[in-house]
Amino acid sequence: MSAAARAVDVWKVYGSGEAQVIALRGVNLEVERGKFTAIMGPSGSGKSTLMHCLAGLDSVTRGEVAVGDTRVTGLSDAGLTRLRREKVGFIFQQFNLLPTLTAEENITLPLAISGRKPDKAWYDTVIQTVGLGDRLGHRPSQLSGGQQQRVACARALVSRPEVIFADEPTGNLDSRSGADILGFLRRSVSEFGQTIVMVTHDANAASYADRVIFLADGRIVDEIENPTAEAVLDKIKSLDTLAVSEDRVEVAE
Amino acid sequence: MLRATLKSLLARKVRLVLSGLAVLLGVMFVSGSFVLTDAIGRSFDNMFSSALAETDVLVTAKPAIEVSEMEGEPVPGLLTAADLRRVQEIAPSAIGEISVDGARVIGSDGKVVTTYGPPRMGGNWTGEVGGLRLHEGVAPQKADEIVVNAALAKKAGIKVGDQVGVLTTKPKQTFKLVGIFGYEGGLDSRGPVDEVRFTDAVAQELMLGAEGYTSITVNSDKSPAALRDELKAGLGDRYVVQTGEEAAAAMANSFKAVLDVMNKILLGFAGVALFVGTFLILNTFSIIVAQRTKELALARALGAGRGQMIGSVLVEAVVIGLVASVLGLAAGVGVGALLAAYFANFTSLQLAGIAVPAAAVISAFTVGIVITVIAALLPAVRASRVPPVAALQEVATPDRPLTKLTAAGAIVTAAGGGAIAYGLRQQSLWFLMGGVLAAFVGVALLSPFVARPAVAMLGRLFSWSVPGKLGRLNSGRNPRRTAITAAALMVGIALVTGVNTIMTSAERSMRGDVAATFKADLVISGQESPGVQPTFDPVLLPRMQQVSGVDSVVATYADQIAVNGKPAYAQVQTDLPTVARLVSATTVAGTIAQPGPGEVVVDDNRGHALGDTVTVRSAKGTEKTYRVIGIFADTNLFGGYQFGADAIEGMRGGQPTFAYVDLADSADPAAARTALEGLLADSPEMRVQNQKEYIDNQTGEVAQFLLMVQVLLGLAMLIAVLGVVNTLALSVLERTREIGLLRAIGLGRMATMRMITVEAVVITVFGALLGLAVGVGLGSAVVEGLADEGLKELVLPWQQMGLYLGVGAVVGVLAAILPAIRAARTNVLGAIAYE
Ligand SMILES: Nc1ncnc2c1ncn2[C@@H]1O[C@H](COP(=O)(O)OP(=O)(O)OP(=O)(O)O)[C@@H](O)[C@H]1O
Ligand SMILES: [Mg+2]
Repeated sequence: MSAAARAVDVWKVYGSGEAQVIALRGVNLEVERGKFTAIMGPSGSGKSTLMHCLAGLDSVTRGEVAVGDTRVTGLSDAGLTRLRREKVGFIFQQFNLLPTLTAEENITLPLAISGRKPDKAWYDTVIQTVGLGDRLGHRPSQLSGGQQQRVACARALVSRPEVIFADEPTGNLDSRSGADILGFLRRSVSEFGQTIVMVTHDANAASYADRVIFLADGRIVDEIENPTAEAVLDKIKSLDTLAVSEDRVEVAE
Repeated sequence: MLRATLKSLLARKVRLVLSGLAVLLGVMFVSGSFVLTDAIGRSFDNMFSSALAETDVLVTAKPAIEVSEMEGEPVPGLLTAADLRRVQEIAPSAIGEISVDGARVIGSDGKVVTTYGPPRMGGNWTGEVGGLRLHEGVAPQKADEIVVNAALAKKAGIKVGDQVGVLTTKPKQTFKLVGIFGYEGGLDSRGPVDEVRFTDAVAQELMLGAEGYTSITVNSDKSPAALRDELKAGLGDRYVVQTGEEAAAAMANSFKAVLDVMNKILLGFAGVALFVGTFLILNTFSIIVAQRTKELALARALGAGRGQMIGSVLVEAVVIGLVASVLGLAAGVGVGALLAAYFANFTSLQLAGIAVPAAAVISAFTVGIVITVIAALLPAVRASRVPPVAALQEVATPDRPLTKLTAAGAIVTAAGGGAIAYGLRQQSLWFLMGGVLAAFVGVALLSPFVARPAVAMLGRLFSWSVPGKLGRLNSGRNPRRTAITAAALMVGIALVTGVNTIMTSAERSMRGDVAATFKADLVISGQESPGVQPTFDPVLLPRMQQVSGVDSVVATYADQIAVNGKPAYAQVQTDLPTVARLVSATTVAGTIAQPGPGEVVVDDNRGHALGDTVTVRSAKGTEKTYRVIGIFADTNLFGGYQFGADAIEGMRGGQPTFAYVDLADSADPAAARTALEGLLADSPEMRVQNQKEYIDNQTGEVAQFLLMVQVLLGLAMLIAVLGVVNTLALSVLERTREIGLLRAIGLGRMATMRMITVEAVVITVFGALLGLAVGVGLGSAVVEGLADEGLKELVLPWQQMGLYLGVGAVVGVLAAILPAIRAARTNVLGAIAYE
């Protein structure tokens, strides 16, 4: 069985000449189906870039990306649109919802766009899991940040995409609301077999995942399976000292 | 603060361009009309002065009938042969000239050569004076010889030696073309005027119907001023004695009145354009202020005062106004020059060169800057009210209550309605226009209140698809913005709908009258042709009478007169009682019998009582008194002064211009018509028409007028389109993140475009509906107000209204193109990674 998403020797270069930034340097990654993968790393290490490339939101400079059986690299806009419609779900850090639509309409929007009817039983399950029952008729401006993120999760789940990509979904929330969201993501992986890739800064958030990938300077430098928060923190520390000593080496040269 | 303002201005180039464009178009229209009328005016000045360059002094008679500017051309006074002799006693070289509009040459193709407006002069050949030069051939010497100017000869396709038919106040007569003349400087024509010149006697008979002259040209070796004074002293005050220069200036001046009217009409449309533009600028600045709430609040938090906030927005407005004025002026000069060149080419006028009159510059800058600043004032005040805390808060969609706005709108609308009603009652154009303007502003203020439910309803039409639904929701999002954008379109559509409603109602009332009261089966009438009354030969009347199926033919003679000094029209019916029967005239007093010599029958609207004596001055200048022997009720069909045959000799043509034909019940109308047309072969401009054709023809002008109004208001539509583009472009910009999100969750490019298009169409259709409602309101108010003038019925122009609604939708689709493309191109990543 193929991976839910795959990156093969992916390079991403922004700009050229003086202003050139190499965000990804030959990243190889297989996102396992039915697993919760977290991506961690210092700011500017290329986490978001990697996720955007995997999701087909950004093109790669070199290498190849695939979601499921679909080769993302080289798809036309129409192809990418179809990919996003059918195979990918997104949860962003903020501004996830359309202010003109109610929570319920926001949740069913991807289905409506692709002209599909929601599967009633699945829809009810999702709604129940996120616990939004009495808030469905409200507009985003009438919901708290945590509630808004739950709506966003429900929206990503309801179309049962091959992969859900979440970029710091709890970055703007307090720890309790964050925990709710993470718990909910975890359950959708464990109970419904959803594949999720999540970018995070938070070791605690990463501990909800099945596997944590560590990025530094555009390269995958390490990974942990079935992490605990402590293990993740330890790993970050060790990577930091590594980076610092590397800096020293450079200075010494 | 100033530098910050200018920087933020530059940062929003698109907005700058779009809102500036509205001002630019308005300014262009204003300055363009000044440049155009200035160039044409000076060209005509040149033309008149070159025509009179070789004339020292010109003697004319005071007009036979003075007419105010609004009522048309005055009837020129005639100089008699005795007058000429008197002038010649003082200055022996004096020449009597005849020059009268209405000599129509029949071209080699058998068609009457037309100028589309400018005069077709008929006169006498007085030799190579006054700038005239014979190009080929000889001067006319016999009664059947003519010369024409070279441009006319070319147009008509005639050459020296040809037999040429000419229509004058008399039906067609054939002449031999013996010469072709031009003008000093080798010109083929002097302006747009066609000229036919006969011998003196023929010119008098055909053009004047009297032995006389229209002017006397005098040249001598004295100075023109001295000669003028001498002539003035010798002739007395029945004459107008002017030097050539004075006469040229006077002619140019009377022509200026025409140009002035043209300029006013153009400026009127420029006003509409600017009025609509004001909405656009107001909207742009409102949006800019709304989008900059954070920035403004930050400035406030950093200690900027309210005055500074207002100042900063107004400085933006002044800069936009200034730039738009400069560009608008430049564009106006270009457009004015282009139109002047086109006009000159079309009328073979020697263009005097393009200049930029001070009026164009002054009005461009005043209008451009003042309008922009006024439009920006409200948003500026709003900007100053942004509280500093807004910098710290999430920007919510401004959803302030509409109560105040709605109340103000209701008051202004009511005031406007009141002014319209008052204006109609008092016949005051100012009150009427002010009222219409106020009504527009009032409705614009009311429209946000209506926008939400209206947009919700309209949007249902599109809600079957997801993009449609999203588009509808977006257009309902900010009712103020939607309403103002729609208001710009409303103005144009309301104006055309209003005018159309009035016209349609007038037409229907007229048709209704005619159907009920008009009993003549056929009418013989002349083609509408400015300055010319086509006629037919009265000797045909007995032969028409003998056409099989014809019961009776009544011919009408008509010309201008002055009754007790007031200008009016005289008619002579060959059989008044029959006409009275054919038009169902009702007797008010006395009898409607055929008037004998010194008798007149008149309608009840002229303020005469039975037995009154009136003094009538004929177009030829003779005076006579008449006694009122009958009064009938005035209708749309029939009215005015009805004289007996003795009044014909005072008329310039002395030929019938119209005839009523009553057919026997058993008659074959088609056959009778063909026979009548055959008899009229020498009067190609006279037509035989049945009732329906006749009425259609009468109302045809209305249709043309409407067309012109619609074309000119197209400019208002154009600005409205800019407004919609602007609003949409700003909304798309504002919602970049949302659009990115939609694209991220799978909304395709086409669907994104459809969403924006629906938003636009909902806005414009809303504007169109608003415009239709306001237009019908205004139109029916005017129809109501004019009920006494014969507007009996209110008829709505449903077909055109449907068309305007369609135009509204199309405008929406067009306006959406660019913003939609822009939205579809939204870089998903850029949008969501933003900030
Ligand atoms: N559009 C862009 N143009 C140029 N450089 C970019 C662009 N987007 C990202 N970068 C650069 O690429 C590198 C990786 O950025 P990326 O956003 O992936 O980092 P990140 O790991 O998500 O950081 P953070 O934790 O701060 O979100 C950074 O050095 C960033 O400056
Ligand atoms: Mg990031």
